Amino acid sequence: MHSFGYRANALLTFAITLLALMCAMASLSDNLNSPSPSAHVQVLNINWFQKQPNGNDEVSMTMNISADLQSLFTWNTKQVFVFLAAEYETPKNSLNQISLWDGIIPSKEHAKFWIHTSNKYRFIDQGRNLRGKEFNLTMHWHVMPKTGKMSADKIVMPGYRLPEEYR
Amino acid sequence: MDWQGQKLAEQLMQILLLAFAVVAFATGYFMASFQMMIITYFGGVALTTLVTGPNWPFYNRHPLKWLDPSEVEKHPKPQPSASSTSKKKPVKK
Repeated sequence: MHSFGYRANALLTFAITLLALMCAMASLSDNLNSPSPSAHVQVLNINWFQKQPNGNDEVSMTMNISADLQSLFTWNTKQVFVFLAAEYETPKNSLNQISLWDGIIPSKEHAKFWIHTSNKYRFIDQGRNLRGKEFNLTMHWHVMPKTGKMSADKIVMPGYRLPEEYR
Repeated sequence: MDWQGQKLAEQLMQILLLAFAVVAFATGYFMASFQMMIITYFGGVALTTLVTGPNWPFYNRHPLKWLDPSEVEKHPKPQPSASSTSKKKPVKK
């Protein structure tokens, strides 16, 4: 009963159990981190603003996106997915979310970034509600840990307004 | 591996693994590197396998002392032809 095989089996079983425990503790240690991320978006220009032939409003704009998400990274963080969404209210829907830009941050070194871009995905409303519309730009992020549960949070930046006329 | 050796191997395995788990977690946490934790731990597991896997000589320092074969002749097996009472009690001579 006490052969090399039995000892190896007992060792491997105990080793894997401890590994699972270590991973659980690593996941729990993320709670000690209290992140203080910051984000700032500047709308530089409305490139064009038009009504599509099917009647939906579409906007193209140029933005300056800057953010410091370094504090989201702990030793248990694999990567962070981040996206910028335009959020506004229309009579039909209480919340419209349109993703304008997104990115994957692979490491802490890349978590403080600054990007000058036009919207990566098309900003189209389901209707004709965008003229003079006030909207929020919200920076959403999903933290993907090496072990444990994914978490998500956001920063809401209010006070943006679209022009009254198509251009 | 003798009985004492088995006990020693089992205890060594558990203590070493637990110690390496603690060390690896601390290393990973303070170096802020998950990879470092994994490397340290698997190094420890490999070392523990080396220590407690093979049947090293120091697990055989308490060999079982078997009775001398001459003792068997002094205490022969009860014969099947013997009565039922003699089966229950060891044969005395």
